[in-house]
Amino acid sequence: MFLRAFGLILIALLFSGAAVAQTPTTLTVIAHDSFNYSEEVMAAFTEETGIAVEVLRLGDAGSLVNQAILSRENPLGDVLYGVDNTFLSRALEEDLFTPYQSPALADVPEAFQLDPEFRVTPVDYGDVCLNYDAAYFAANDLPLPESLADLTDPAYRGLLAVQNPATSSPGLAFLMATIAVFGEDGDTTYLDYWAELVANDVYISQDWTDTYYGQFSGSAGSEGDRPLIVSYASSPPAEIFFADPQPETAPTGAIVTDDTCFRQIEFAGILAGTQNQAAAEQFMDFLLSVEFQEDMPLQMFVFPVNTNAALPDVFTDYAQIPENPIILDPEVIDAHRESWIQAWTEAVLR
Amino acid sequence: MDRSGTPLNMVRANNHRFAGRRAAGILLAALPILFLAVFFFYPLLSILQISLIPDGTLDLSGFAELITSDYYRRVFFFTVQQAVLSTVITLAMALPAAFVFARFEFPGKSLLLSLATLPFVLPTVVVAAAFGALIGEHGVINSVIVSLFGLSDVPIQLEGTVAIILIAHAFYNYSVALRIIGSYWATLSPRMDEAARVLGAHGWRLWWTIRLPALRPAILAAAALVFIFTFTSFGVVLILGGIRFATLEVEIFNQARNLFNLNMAAALSLVQIGFMFIVMLIYTRLSRAATADIQAARAVARKPRTKGENALVVITVGVMMVFQFAPLLALIWRSFTVGDQGFTTRYYSALSTNPRGSVLFAPPLEAIGNSVSIALITTVLAVVLGMLTAYLLARRDSWAARALDAVFMLPLATSAVTLGFGFIIALDEPPLNLRASPLMIPLAHTLVALPFVVRSILPGLRSISPNIRGAAAVMGASPFTVWRTIDLPLISRGVIVGAVFAFTISMGEFGASLFIARPDTPTIPVVIFRLLGQPGAGNYGQALAMSVILMGVCAISFITIERLRKLGMGEF
Repeated sequence: MFLRAFGLILIALLFSGAAVAQTPTTLTVIAHDSFNYSEEVMAAFTEETGIAVEVLRLGDAGSLVNQAILSRENPLGDVLYGVDNTFLSRALEEDLFTPYQSPALADVPEAFQLDPEFRVTPVDYGDVCLNYDAAYFAANDLPLPESLADLTDPAYRGLLAVQNPATSSPGLAFLMATIAVFGEDGDTTYLDYWAELVANDVYISQDWTDTYYGQFSGSAGSEGDRPLIVSYASSPPAEIFFADPQPETAPTGAIVTDDTCFRQIEFAGILAGTQNQAAAEQFMDFLLSVEFQEDMPLQMFVFPVNTNAALPDVFTDYAQIPENPIILDPEVIDAHRESWIQAWTEAVLR
Repeated sequence: MDRSGTPLNMVRANNHRFAGRRAAGILLAALPILFLAVFFFYPLLSILQISLIPDGTLDLSGFAELITSDYYRRVFFFTVQQAVLSTVITLAMALPAAFVFARFEFPGKSLLLSLATLPFVLPTVVVAAAFGALIGEHGVINSVIVSLFGLSDVPIQLEGTVAIILIAHAFYNYSVALRIIGSYWATLSPRMDEAARVLGAHGWRLWWTIRLPALRPAILAAAALVFIFTFTSFGVVLILGGIRFATLEVEIFNQARNLFNLNMAAALSLVQIGFMFIVMLIYTRLSRAATADIQAARAVARKPRTKGENALVVITVGVMMVFQFAPLLALIWRSFTVGDQGFTTRYYSALSTNPRGSVLFAPPLEAIGNSVSIALITTVLAVVLGMLTAYLLARRDSWAARALDAVFMLPLATSAVTLGFGFIIALDEPPLNLRASPLMIPLAHTLVALPFVVRSILPGLRSISPNIRGAAAVMGASPFTVWRTIDLPLISRGVIVGAVFAFTISMGEFGASLFIARPDTPTIPVVIFRLLGQPGAGNYGQALAMSVILMGVCAISFITIERLRKLGMGEF
């Protein structure tokens, strides 16, 4: 009896705090931790439409999708931003989204529109590419590798650091690039290739932060001694942008030759069961608007999908976009993710 | 005290009061159990149900794979092995230091003790950077040795070894052992020591036959915490250990987050929780049998007198300096020197600017405010619930009480991702729609901090003889007076230690925050991780600067707590 009364009091106390946080007129967007934008651009959207946007952040892209699936019966928000092509088919299979074809998609190349049913809308993309320490290659008079196969050349022995695909998203992207290039059958499979990488003293770290700040010799903040790492095509402009004073020449660069980069495309979708369908549609249009698309590069270091959006100077000066990146079918990725990671772990780590 | 000599009417009056007190006692005892039921078992069972009984039928394929797979057996044994080794090393390092801190007075002692807890708050990535600057291939120590002896090879190569995992675990947990054992030791009467000495016990015999047995409850409590903490180690193993090592915790994260194989993740979680439960049952059994001559000893510590005692103090402080503070100093140094500009305070000043107008920008004061508020809520919740729990567990000695004691340790043994997913599906409907509540984070922190508070208070509480309380009550003292004059002085050190750990855990905690939906209340660790997620010296430098600020805020808080304790102790 007492226990029950006490429980109710406790719950009521907890609730008095929780109830205040939610008002019915706002649009709730669930996103990964990196979802960033300028306050100004969002304020303009709210002023124009009267829609206030509240963002709930749910960890990284993988955690975001998993939690959206777990809360499907009682969604955490109206819109989800931040599912990428490596997790896309998991999200689509679980019927998380209501279809919506934004008119703004007219300005988005078809190559980004991976879902023909418009359950998700592409918002931005980025390429996972090799980054290099410009000073090291100049000082040692060493040519840059031009293909993934080059990385097994003894000339590059001990120079490369990559991430574990089981724990890191760029790590998984790089593994999939090697799978796309070398295949699972034939004379040299991707696992044979990895064996050669290991023989060539590749360093494998757990996450991007350790690779970039712990292993890489090119970043100004790093203590590392590896002049070649797996990072993003947008890392070199970021390295410049966050330097103070800005260097005359770029300390790092991205290798964007054919079949070396893996393209990640990020999508947004309206969560099935939303009570705010109209507002959610307006928000989707806003994500594709030139204002938001031009804001993204410096906020999240990704590239806009809207062809009318202009890139900021630091991107046009220092970023390179691969002409022929590797793009894998999301269904193929989802069907094989576990077996690829497992095979890789068996072959490389044990 | 001879009870039969008590006047009859007094006993009756006491009985009467006792009945009213009993109801209040039950109510208070129910609180921590209710808390655990709502915020731990309910979410945990919900996620286990979805994972193991997805379509209404029990799916045990995860368990089947666990039993047949060589890989998981190796992961399990590695997890146990490194946890045992880490615990032994940590205790071996902390025990002599606890002795020194309990028995001797020396300048700077309380400051040193306060600051010893600092490593505990630092995010692993930052500690990895500090270790790298100190003992990495190009770190200070290697550079010095190489230039001193003209070596061609780097002498210390710890990257990706078990050794660095153990060193990091000892670095993190040293203060846990030091403070729990030290605070208990300080309340032990030195008379036994003196008597043993008079009777001829010296050196190791004094330690083996007198000191260690007397300290058993505190040593076991510290060992239990360190073991459970290193058993579920995630960041250290992942970032410092490199790729060749995986603990169960790492595997659970991998299965749940990357592969979304909830069945396997649930099987692994249950193995981890089950194993921990057994270990904790053994522990609670062992820790019961201990009694000690305990007193509120304020004047026990004295200045070191002999040469040997002086040397002991100097060595202890020296070891702490090298082992605990050198990495922190390396970190502070790095925060001023990252990049190519020499010594600069630019990263500190850049923390307050938002050139991109980003919504994710959080000025340091806001982050400090968020962190400290969450940590204070956590501390109050954990100390109140922890004290109630400690009383609940100290009064009874039965099979059920021991089991309950072990149950209260379980939140520490549960993977953050498992519990986070549990929150999402369990706490989603009124009256418990807490999924996106700002309260969720302090509540999650309290779950983790509670075992620390309980373990800090319990050894002292158990050693209070019921006779003393009975005597006081018989002489007419009210329950509150009894508690204030008898219990409080004896447990106050434990309460302070528990409060410090609750505060620290909350300040440094990041894992649970990862899996909890939250409106934007960026804490200091969240800001550090945001900065570390982007390229560029500016971001890295600011992350290090923010880490130094985290240490500074914690150092100030610890010193304040210590001051408050001294003020509070004045009246006893």
